[in-house]
Amino acid sequence: MKEDFYMGQFLQQIFNSISIGSIYALIALGYTMVYGIIRLINFAHASVYMLGAYIGYFAMTYFGLGFVPSILLAMLICMIVGVLIEKIAYKPLRNAARIAVLITAIGVSMFIEYGMMFLVKANVRSYPPMSGFLAKSFSVGAMTITAQQILILAVTIILMVVLQIVVKTTRTGKAMRAVSQDREAAELMGIDVNSTISFTFAIGSALAGAAGVLVGVYYNSINPLMGMLPGLKAFVAAVFGGIGLIPGAVLGGYFIGAVEVFVAGYGNSMYRDAVVFAILILVLILKPAGLLGKSGREKV
Amino acid sequence: MKYIFALLVFAIGQLLVVTGYLNDYLFSTLTTLCINIILAVSLNLITGFTGQFSLGHAGFMSIGGYVCALISMRIPTVPGFLLGVLTGALAAAFVGFIVGLPTLRLKGDYLAIATLGMAEIIRIIFLNLKITNGAAGLNGIPQFVDWMWLSLFTFSSIILISNFIRSAHGRACVSIREDEIAAESIGIHATKYKVTAFVIGAFFAGIAGGLYASYFYFLRPTLFGFSRSIDILVIVVLGGIGSLSGSVIAAILLALISTYLQAFPELRMVFYAVALVVIMIVRPQGLMGSKELSLDLLKGFGRKRQRGGS
Repeated sequence: MKEDFYMGQFLQQIFNSISIGSIYALIALGYTMVYGIIRLINFAHASVYMLGAYIGYFAMTYFGLGFVPSILLAMLICMIVGVLIEKIAYKPLRNAARIAVLITAIGVSMFIEYGMMFLVKANVRSYPPMSGFLAKSFSVGAMTITAQQILILAVTIILMVVLQIVVKTTRTGKAMRAVSQDREAAELMGIDVNSTISFTFAIGSALAGAAGVLVGVYYNSINPLMGMLPGLKAFVAAVFGGIGLIPGAVLGGYFIGAVEVFVAGYGNSMYRDAVVFAILILVLILKPAGLLGKSGREKV
Repeated sequence: MKYIFALLVFAIGQLLVVTGYLNDYLFSTLTTLCINIILAVSLNLITGFTGQFSLGHAGFMSIGGYVCALISMRIPTVPGFLLGVLTGALAAAFVGFIVGLPTLRLKGDYLAIATLGMAEIIRIIFLNLKITNGAAGLNGIPQFVDWMWLSLFTFSSIILISNFIRSAHGRACVSIREDEIAAESIGIHATKYKVTAFVIGAFFAGIAGGLYASYFYFLRPTLFGFSRSIDILVIVVLGGIGSLSGSVIAAILLALISTYLQAFPELRMVFYAVALVVIMIVRPQGLMGSKELSLDLLKGFGRKRQRGGS
């Protein structure tokens, strides 16, 4: 009996880590694609995720839209914001020192977060309660699965399949991969590097926007600084899997989700975030190219 | 010359304090300014002169602050306070050494993210320790910081760091910033100097933390989050990456701006953000670039006049 209980609890933790891991994976994809193509840690990415959560909130609360139109609207607006960020803040610095671009990214992130705080005030807001199917929960053995968890998983799988198709089969996807391998060579082959970079930002930001709405539905509370910590952790996920690699980001996202849930479930929940950052430092020191990455030799 | 200048500033400050022109509000602004100067100058040594991008300066500051608070709460006397500041700074330097040794092998943005992670870990540890009273933080830290200690610590930090930069060690650090591989090929032990700069920077950040704890008499882990590190970075970047006087000027400038924007804290952060982006796009080297506004200018001016007179 007791073993059954522990087994059930274990399975429950696994399912919880899949839900949270999906969200990290969606954010990490944006980090990794942008890093792959312009070698920039896009700190503003986490703010775009926050923006997505707020757009979903306003769409559901004030315009009474359902879940699907809200998430599509959030993805669309985040896509536009992502492209604008790149055009306004990063493009003028395309050939500047990387440290300058990184500082700019931090600046953009602060601008969005505190600008949002100025507009909507710092208080925590809660998503409207879900109705119909989304309010249900199912008991399977000893564990409880909510419809929202299923929704997160379903949306994540759909988005990842779409992403895979876009990156692997379309011309733009091919251009993305070419630019991330060698920008100059790609340019010589007649690839429009600027529009490819814009496209990458568009996709990454749309995914972050979707993740924002999902988090709002799942955790029910949002605030203007909600992006900071998940953003950092999603970045850890991207680094863990091997930054610049799309499968790496997905793997890393689920791994970080699992670490977090299991440390909180079986260890001390207060040290949850510390463990994630400790993993980051260890990965950076031991295998900076990440789990799936190949380490390149430094050229003089 | 610089000692005379420091004495002069101290005397003017002391006069203002004694005559009561500097009320409590202005003095707290001045304290924040001096603490920011120490933080910015020490971060500039790491980021500006040695070229190692650190996003974890608030972590070192928090170590200095907590250690100083814990010691001076047990020995509430001036020697206790000084012991606290010194021990705090040494503790921060020690952690800097432990953290710097492995992470400084990383380059550029990887180092930035590793130091950021380190600062978060330090914050979470302070959040969970019993002795630091968790999220509620420490209250009632004895207040010993007055203008004398403040100016003493600020000027000695600036002078010590600028002397370090002009020494052979400092030049080795600058050469690593310019080109690490080239520096190594002429026999400069890059890791050693990177760690040295990191440890010195952490030491002074610890001093700043101790002063902070003692003046504001309460500490909470949330005070030392990511945004504190960014605040310091903004000062360094605005003043010029690799210019100590630039850091001082930028700290003064930002202190003035935030005094005016006191009522709108969000707006202040938005302004910081816009300033960062605009500076990076328009003038990526910062206000001063790597130039120094030095007292030698005055000296040179004086010499010329003497020659002209004779």
